[in-house]
Amino acid sequence: MTTAVALDAVPRIRRGVKCAYDQIRSAHVVLFPEGVLVLNETAASVVALCDGVRSVGDIAVALAGEYDGVEPGDIASLIARMVERRVVDVDG
Amino acid sequence: MAEAPFGLLAELTHRCPLQCGYCSNPLELVRRDAELPTEDWRRVFDQARSLGALQIHLSGGEPLLRPDLPELVAHANSLGCYVNLVTSGVGLSRDRLRSLAAAGVDHVQLSLQDATRAGNDRIAGIKAFDRKVEAAAHVLAEGLPLTVNTVLHRQNLDNVAGIIAMAEQMGAERLELANTQYYGWALRNRAVLLPTRAQLAVADPIVAAAQERLRGRMEIVYVIADYHEAHPKPCMYGWGARQLTVAPNGDVLPCPAATVISSLEIENVRDSSLHDIWHHSPSFNAFRGFEWMQDPCRSCPRKEIDFGGCRCQAFQLTGDAAATDPVCSLSPERSTVDLILETEMAPSEVLAMAMRKMR
Repeated sequence: MTTAVALDAVPRIRRGVKCAYDQIRSAHVVLFPEGVLVLNETAASVVALCDGVRSVGDIAVALAGEYDGVEPGDIASLIARMVERRVVDVDG
Repeated sequence: MAEAPFGLLAELTHRCPLQCGYCSNPLELVRRDAELPTEDWRRVFDQARSLGALQIHLSGGEPLLRPDLPELVAHANSLGCYVNLVTSGVGLSRDRLRSLAAAGVDHVQLSLQDATRAGNDRIAGIKAFDRKVEAAAHVLAEGLPLTVNTVLHRQNLDNVAGIIAMAEQMGAERLELANTQYYGWALRNRAVLLPTRAQLAVADPIVAAAQERLRGRMEIVYVIADYHEAHPKPCMYGWGARQLTVAPNGDVLPCPAATVISSLEIENVRDSSLHDIWHHSPSFNAFRGFEWMQDPCRSCPRKEIDFGGCRCQAFQLTGDAAATDPVCSLSPERSTVDLILETEMAPSEVLAMAMRKMR
């Protein structure tokens, strides 16, 4: 069950979660207590912007310049999955 | 080539101040003089990272008994790995924790044996409860995330609500409630540890309600009592798939219990590289993928979900490590498990727990 994340919610990386680049897999990864997430390029860009300042909407705007066809709803659902995996927390 | 592993479980030592009768270490504990020296562990971490491991779980026994622990933490951290310290909490003073945090520990997993001082200390075999409570406070003060681990069994399952409350009080972000899995010490003490159906029927909804109540504050991971289930656990998410274990003496194991499979030829880091062992050894390739399976697993759609269950359990209960895990209701050997439940859940005489010790 994934809880919806609002566009004005402000996501940030949880305490105890490390973001890194894995040269072995040539991919960005998120490391947390009992797991590893291997991120695709879009997810890595989203995670890099989860800084506790930008809202989900801000992140969508920032990425619209970089990628074609970025929908705020897609960003929100990606962040919702990160919340579910306890990688990201949201305020607001 | 097999996919790269995500994690290394480094059992730095089998020495431990606790004597829990369900310890996951083997009955034949590695003695201090057979433990790998610091430089070998550093090499093992280097090789694990080159192989693809991103998490290093520093475990034991009690890893705090290794004086080189800060150096090993710093080395694992310098490789970019997530460093997880798995401890009883005994010996984890404020200063000790501060130096380990400075060296790069990312997360602490603290064992708790029961909800109360009396229960905890009886199961652990020593007075450890107060030191665990102190250790949890130190972890919180240091700003590190804390997971509390409790192994559940007949002696503490009735206290599961109290265990959850205790973990909340300790400030845990995660609580692992793992029903005992029967290998090594736990297998030896099975008749004292197997929970009854009535106990599980009471505990299961308590855990489910707490998972709901604490959502977003404390994650509760509940590991099922597989003897009581219709399907096996997805053991290790497949053999040689995600994680490898290095024992204190350098033995490299596909799962922490794998030494119970006596037919398995175990390799050692003193003789080969982790890369060669992970990719090319007979032990890691023995049960990889699906080719090794017999029916009913081979033609079962659930094989993608549970990978045929646990190889160690299959070996221990049927004598064939390639058999379907006998807890599975589709296994021709399920009656073996039912007979164990029937005779051991209500034993005619209640045996004393054999406390863990080195011989």
